[in-house]
Amino acid sequence: MKTSFWDKEGTKSVLASLIAIIVGMLAGSIIILIVGLSNSSMGLSGAWEGIRLVIGGLFSTGRTASGSLTFGFNPTTFGNMLFRATPLIMTGLSVALGNKSGLFNIGAPGQYLAGTTASLYIALSIPTTSVPAWLVWLLAFLGGMLAGACWGAIPGLLKAYLNINEVLACIMTNWIAANLTTWLFDIGNLKNVAEGTKTSYVYKTTFNGVATSKLGLDKLFRGSQINGGILIAILIAVVVYIMLSKTTLGYELKACGANRYAARYAGIKDKRNIVLTMAMAGALAAAGAALYNLAGNTEFFWNTYQSLPAEGFNGIPVALLAVNNPIGVVFAAIFMSMLSICGQQLTNLTAFNEYITNVIIAVIVYLAAFMLVIKLWITKLRKQRGNRRVAGGEGKEGAK
Amino acid sequence: MAFLIRQTLVYAVPLMLVALAGVYAERSGIINLALEGIMIFGAFMGVLFVRTVQQWGWFAEAYAAKHYLTLQGFLLMSMVFAAVCGAVFSTLLAFAAINLKADQTIGGTALNLLAPALVLFFIRIIANQNTLNMYEGDAASWFMLKKAMFGYGRKEEMGFLGSTFVDKVYVATYICILVFVIMSVIMYKTRFGLRLRSCGENPQAADSLGINVVKMRYSGTIISGALAGMGGFVYVLTTANCSANGDVAGFGFLALAVMIFGNWKPLNISLAALLFGLFKCIAASYSTLDVNGDGVYYLKELGLNANLYRMLPYVITLVVLAFTSKSSRAPKAEGIPYDKGSR
Repeated sequence: MKTSFWDKEGTKSVLASLIAIIVGMLAGSIIILIVGLSNSSMGLSGAWEGIRLVIGGLFSTGRTASGSLTFGFNPTTFGNMLFRATPLIMTGLSVALGNKSGLFNIGAPGQYLAGTTASLYIALSIPTTSVPAWLVWLLAFLGGMLAGACWGAIPGLLKAYLNINEVLACIMTNWIAANLTTWLFDIGNLKNVAEGTKTSYVYKTTFNGVATSKLGLDKLFRGSQINGGILIAILIAVVVYIMLSKTTLGYELKACGANRYAARYAGIKDKRNIVLTMAMAGALAAAGAALYNLAGNTEFFWNTYQSLPAEGFNGIPVALLAVNNPIGVVFAAIFMSMLSICGQQLTNLTAFNEYITNVIIAVIVYLAAFMLVIKLWITKLRKQRGNRRVAGGEGKEGAK
Repeated sequence: MAFLIRQTLVYAVPLMLVALAGVYAERSGIINLALEGIMIFGAFMGVLFVRTVQQWGWFAEAYAAKHYLTLQGFLLMSMVFAAVCGAVFSTLLAFAAINLKADQTIGGTALNLLAPALVLFFIRIIANQNTLNMYEGDAASWFMLKKAMFGYGRKEEMGFLGSTFVDKVYVATYICILVFVIMSVIMYKTRFGLRLRSCGENPQAADSLGINVVKMRYSGTIISGALAGMGGFVYVLTTANCSANGDVAGFGFLALAVMIFGNWKPLNISLAALLFGLFKCIAASYSTLDVNGDGVYYLKELGLNANLYRMLPYVITLVVLAFTSKSSRAPKAEGIPYDKGSR
């Protein structure tokens, strides 16, 4: 008997993710409603505006002269959504790869910072007068990945050989990376002194003539920051997908994730694989940082020892929402960056602020923790309907 | 020296309390990765409580009359309120982990994401900026013990013990130590504590002896939330002048490291917390640290970069873990949802 579309594992995963998204959106809307109603200056109409922006902020085009919200296709926000999705795809892939091999990579922020530091240093230090700019870009990209791989390998080594919990090791290396990044830029000469109004920022990479090629995408999405980075990220996602599902290495990694000891019994080098996974995860997160920072229109705030980059942590919800599927990560990342655009619109146009989108993300992650329960629940619902159909004698086999 | 000890205690005490919070959850079988989030939430609710009560003007008279004992009572109320809020917040984790048998690491991460988001959302709406301060005055003038309260004049010295443990400290620090001791005794010397610990080691066996595993795990997580919430509030009270900004600088995670380093045992934890507190203190104030009082700032004269000192607590954690992880023994059943059917 052929399994129908609705009984497939993949369909259930997508459904479970969609349920998580809907519940998250609902939770955000309810909070806005409560705040709006309890606050006399906002009221019901203010809350309604907030809710509309949380859900459809991507299509917001501002306000009319009379003050009502207008909606429509906005190429700038669309382009920015894709641009901001680029680092999220990479950190999402990083976390997803870790999850596939049974390691919770909460170290993506640290790896992201390692990638940022290395790629910026390379991009800004090699003079483009003697080396072609595209080569500098490539060197910076690969150098960033290498730095991320080394940084990611540290918790991997600690886990494999010293049995330190990778979550703890990752968190410690995150904060060490934050301090190290500040330190390296503090003593370096890449601080932006040309523009006196900006303190604690590194030069844009265009200062050295290095920037990711736009590939004509900027003409498609006028006025946005988009560049070819999104295509590279999608390409890498496909490569990771092929690596995980079609190669021996991917099989070994997944075997280690399923049961480390069984994998070792089957002759798989589990310790080597743990280190390798963390190094690859680190390289992926760092590649995201490189793609973001080499864009040419972004600036890096280097005095960052007290905070970790949100792009790194947001890799976790992206991977969870995508149920660790590399292709799913692309869509989940685009969804997440859509949420952040919505949050921005909310801050710009209403009295609410962008943090509500983080609440929505948190609710989604919370639901992702019992995704399995939701999936079981879907299965049960399907079965009940199936039974009812058989009992009713309708017998429409494979109607769906 | 007095300054060094005082500041070390300021960092070490919340760390130790939150590490004990971690122990309560893990000993009952729940990995509480959400300590950071619960601290943030507790800190916010505590500050909000102080702010709101000040706004109502309940303690304005006592403040004006310099009736310090009443103000300490106010502080105690805020601490209890923060603890209750932490406990309520932690039921989210308990519900996901116990009733829905969810992945505890992800559930904890969700709470860690939720707390700062929710807190910042409300802070922005309440205060129209990213920090929520007290309604009037500051923590030092409202709650801090000063030598003037004990009849000492401006020029008089309180002696070594006095200036270390009485002058310019918060009663909250000592209350936390007291709570730490009481909760440790409860865990090791009472029937409840023994039952709780049994659920983290072998819940099936505990269940067969008539212990309600679900109830025990709920109590473990809720106590954990209460301790972490109180710890979070005391942390922002003593280090951030009683203001909340949705961040406790990784303290919750550091507490987890302290817990593992302390091998899930209260005494070891308090020692570990003191060690980390010392390093945190050095990182925060190395440039003005004058240990023997001869006016020479030794650490500053070394000329090392400030980032190095800030990095030290984390590096030390990793190094220490590298040496102790082989002998560390986590509760056996932590992180595994309790399933009656599996034996």
